[in-house]
Amino acid sequence: MTAVPVTLTETTVTISVDGQNVTVPDGASVLDACTAAGVDTPTICYAENLTPVNACRVCVVEMEGSRTLVPSCSRAAEDGMTVQTDTERVRHSRKMVLEFLGSGTDLSQAPDILGWMADYGADPDRYGADRETMDEEVKVQDNLYIRDYDKCVLCYKCVEACGDDAQHTFAIAMSGRGFGNRISTEFDITLPDSACVYCGNCVAVCPTNALQFKTEFDLRQAGNWREEDQDVTRTVCSYCGVGCNLELHTQDERIVKVTSPNDHSVTSGHLCIKGRFGWQYVHGGADD
Amino acid sequence: MPDLHLTEDRATDAETAAIDAAIAAVGVDPAIVFEADRLVRGGVHRKHDRRHALLPALHALQNTSGWISPGGLNHIAEVLGVPPAEGYGVASFYELFRVDSAPDHDESVIHVCVDSPCLATAEAKIAALEAEGKHVHRSPCLGQCERGSTDAAVFIQGRNGPDSVPADQPDELWELPQRGEPQLKLLRNIGRIDPTSIEAYIGAGGFTALAAAFEMGADKVISEVTESGLMGRGGAAFPTGVKWRGVAEAEGPQKYVVANADESEPGTFKDRTIMENDPFSLIEAMTIAGFATGATKGFIYIRGEYPLATTRLQIAIDASRDAGFLGSGIARSSVDFDIEIRRGAGAYICGEETALFASLEGFRGEPRQKPPFPTTNGLFDAPTAINNPETLLNVLPIMLEGGAAYGGLGTERSSGHKLFCLSGAVARPGTYEVEFGPTLREIIDLAGGATGEIAAVLMGGAAGSFVGPDALDMPLTMEAVREAGTTLGSGVVMVFDTDTDFDAVCIRLAEFFRNESCGQCVPCRVGAVRQHELLVRAADAAPKMVLNGEVQLLAEMDLAMKDASICGLGHTASTAVRSAIDLGLIGSPS
Repeated sequence: MTAVPVTLTETTVTISVDGQNVTVPDGASVLDACTAAGVDTPTICYAENLTPVNACRVCVVEMEGSRTLVPSCSRAAEDGMTVQTDTERVRHSRKMVLEFLGSGTDLSQAPDILGWMADYGADPDRYGADRETMDEEVKVQDNLYIRDYDKCVLCYKCVEACGDDAQHTFAIAMSGRGFGNRISTEFDITLPDSACVYCGNCVAVCPTNALQFKTEFDLRQAGNWREEDQDVTRTVCSYCGVGCNLELHTQDERIVKVTSPNDHSVTSGHLCIKGRFGWQYVHGGADD
Repeated sequence: MPDLHLTEDRATDAETAAIDAAIAAVGVDPAIVFEADRLVRGGVHRKHDRRHALLPALHALQNTSGWISPGGLNHIAEVLGVPPAEGYGVASFYELFRVDSAPDHDESVIHVCVDSPCLATAEAKIAALEAEGKHVHRSPCLGQCERGSTDAAVFIQGRNGPDSVPADQPDELWELPQRGEPQLKLLRNIGRIDPTSIEAYIGAGGFTALAAAFEMGADKVISEVTESGLMGRGGAAFPTGVKWRGVAEAEGPQKYVVANADESEPGTFKDRTIMENDPFSLIEAMTIAGFATGATKGFIYIRGEYPLATTRLQIAIDASRDAGFLGSGIARSSVDFDIEIRRGAGAYICGEETALFASLEGFRGEPRQKPPFPTTNGLFDAPTAINNPETLLNVLPIMLEGGAAYGGLGTERSSGHKLFCLSGAVARPGTYEVEFGPTLREIIDLAGGATGEIAAVLMGGAAGSFVGPDALDMPLTMEAVREAGTTLGSGVVMVFDTDTDFDAVCIRLAEFFRNESCGQCVPCRVGAVRQHELLVRAADAAPKMVLNGEVQLLAEMDLAMKDASICGLGHTASTAVRSAIDLGLIGSPS
């Protein structure tokens, strides 16, 4: 009987990114391969803790054999693929996507996107002053978080976090069609009336600050939101035995918002209402 | 299944009854659902098992109450296990569902087509109807373009009663321009036999192609289709044999055949012609597709604005099942195949195959990125052969004459017969069948010639492009039109004479895409709006639209929409407008 050597083999694929061969695990995306190759790729609707929806199209790359550009976040890397990330075509589509977003949405609190807009030379004012915009009032319906859909880029992240990808609450969904698309509860009923359980996972994944903590909103309204003066302290949630890690963002010795690290094995960045919003006791009373 | 959180709104008895009946009609028993829920709570799979009943349930609610009422939506949510926010998201996606407020009347709503060629008479029609006190809704193309040259087409959305199209004459045989001509293969039955009689269909040679298919076996059926060189007639021109082979070889316990009858491309009405007047042929062709690919279940996803076609297909399905041509053991064979109709609810994008699947499954009609392709991951994520009705009809002569013989028709790269939808400034608008080869001029002549001096012809619909009179001698084959930089698309030949207001035509084309973009991806959602705004601005600034630097901006937008949009809607949203600029139809100072 012949001995058969048993080895642990990891399946990998090798693809070419801007002329450089990179090897990534089977199942990795083209975006992963770009990252492995040291190429920075702008992303808006992509998040490492959510299923890619490839809606924003800012991560597109040029792929040999493909008539159109390909969204790198949601295309699996396959052996022998050849992609280019910095061609004229890629730069043009990225610029236009950023320009289109900037032309209809308030991106003033989305520094990453503003940075890419500058990098790619996006000029939203080319589309005239009377262009249609999101044009939404801020929804302040409770003391925990606000929804400012003027800032919404319709990236689906909050819908995913509320639904299949994290919370399974399904309080919000995409509604409408085309430019009239809005993230909404049924018939736009208020959040307290809806299925919302105030886990705040939607707030955590929002890329443009369309969803923000009420504390942050109030401080911004007062002109007193000073990110540069804030500290972030990592700790363990004190409520139950699961062991979720919290990042307490504090300004002037007061908690102003709470996040959880995306790479934390327990939370993947997601929390429940207690960890996310139940910190008032730290300050000695709910109304303090 | 999520724990549903519902508002206190409750459905009326009438709403409950209508919704439950619609859900039961698609094989989900509301009573059993409630019982099962008590036994087994939870399970995402259970939710998906029922979710496909969402669209039929919303149709029932809309018909009963004239809108998607909060109480009615709650009832649907409860029965189907669909979160109400998602149900609302789906309902608000479709043109035929009203979600903003209850109507202040209990009458039908009249949808008036505002796309070309109806555009020219639409506003007068709307004004007249409103003067009569009717409730009017401006609609994108209703697929009755052969009627629209002189009087804008309408569709009546019923209230507590069926939908209807007033121009339909259900009791009369269709006056097809080419009726009874011996060379017809696709339209051979149309206007000649009673479309509601299976005896008449069998008497005209019906189901002999199915018998021939059974005789040759599944593998040979696909080989014959491949050999015929048949390419999809919906616009993408993908080889049908390759598609079927892919489904046959894909692995999966359940496979599907889907007829994409969501014919919404402005200017297109050929599939309606087929389905209204020869529904049995579509049933027979789908059954052959099922046999060839190993699919036992077929769906016809038909656009919501085709009530007569829907009724006649249902009659044909029922009669075929009664006669043993659908169901288990078809025609005394061991083959099982059955067909169900699903109605769309007014969304052009649902003609895109992956959006169609999403819609049929009870989700918003949003396309998804391909790959994976439908042959392996189609309806319900199962291997699916999805074809246009016209494409499917070609399979019948292929079975009877053989793939080689049928492939010998037409030209080398465009084989077989093709349907064209003639509309606009022609003497006899209608659906015409030709063997691939005639020129644009010959096809216009077939329809009695132009009624005026031709300024331009829109080829392929809104997603196609304009050609000028200099293109009249272009043969309408896949290869010749590609060489000329245009497309056959779904077979639209819309003729415009020199009296046409092309500014208005192009602004409406741009508005069409603005309204019909699903809004999922940024390039199309925003690009289609900016394109429309730009044209409106340019037209407002002068008596006639003048474009200077804007032409460059349009080109930039077009490139991004073509390169970075998810699906064909974004890819083609600028094509017609830019061709109009190139031809000098709009934008030139003169």
